[in-house]
Amino acid sequence: MFVTNTEDIPGKRIVACHGVVSGSTVRAKHVGRDIMAGLKNIVGGELKGYTELLIDAREQAFERMQAQARQLGANAVVNVRFSTSSVAAGASEIYIYGTAVTVE
Amino acid sequence: MLELYILLALLALGFFVGQYLEKQHYRSINARESELVDLVTTSSKHPFGDIPVIIDRRLVQGSVVVSVDYFKRMLAALRNFFGGNVRAYETLVDRARREAVLRLKESCPDAKQIINLRIETSSIFKGAKDQIGSVEVLAYATALYY
Repeated sequence: MFVTNTEDIPGKRIVACHGVVSGSTVRAKHVGRDIMAGLKNIVGGELKGYTELLIDAREQAFERMQAQARQLGANAVVNVRFSTSSVAAGASEIYIYGTAVTVE
Repeated sequence: MLELYILLALLALGFFVGQYLEKQHYRSINARESELVDLVTTSSKHPFGDIPVIIDRRLVQGSVVVSVDYFKRMLAALRNFFGGNVRAYETLVDRARREAVLRLKESCPDAKQIINLRIETSSIFKGAKDQIGSVEVLAYATALYY
């Protein structure tokens, strides 16, 4: 499956459009990571635990979006957008959406 | 009295170790940036220049969560009082953005061109009680292979 964030698939022609597909996931950080991040926060720098957590979450949301596209019979998703928001204290929502299309 | 000592210790730790770590990070960013400078990256929707037949295209991403040190957080809190440029946070987001773009590039070393680069910044844990001064930066783009 081709996934791009451009409006078309470079080098391919879109023949059918299936509408918007999306995937989302809400993740909370856990206490162990929180303590580590708290310590790390004294000296600053990358919070690896959080980086990994968000990468995992994004992968899951991405999978969900692709599954939805497959269900619609699409073989590509174009114009993909990512958004992150904190829905509640300490939890963040990852939302990925795009347009499912069929290419040649 | 003990609390004051702890505060001073934290400030000193933040100042010295934080500054050292930041310098090290900047050095690594500069070195890697000059290594990857040949990989054409644009934020436009269409490929740059004349290109042959595209054989593959892929969505690529890079992300990082970076936090400030204790000293800078205090500094920024003071700044809030007087107003003006918050330099402490400027370097924070600058580091995060450049690191995210570098990770994106490093995730596709064989790509010929990267188009439609988008960078998104969010403070993920806003609203939490013990707020951590950290930002998440996500860079995403389409990598072209030809």
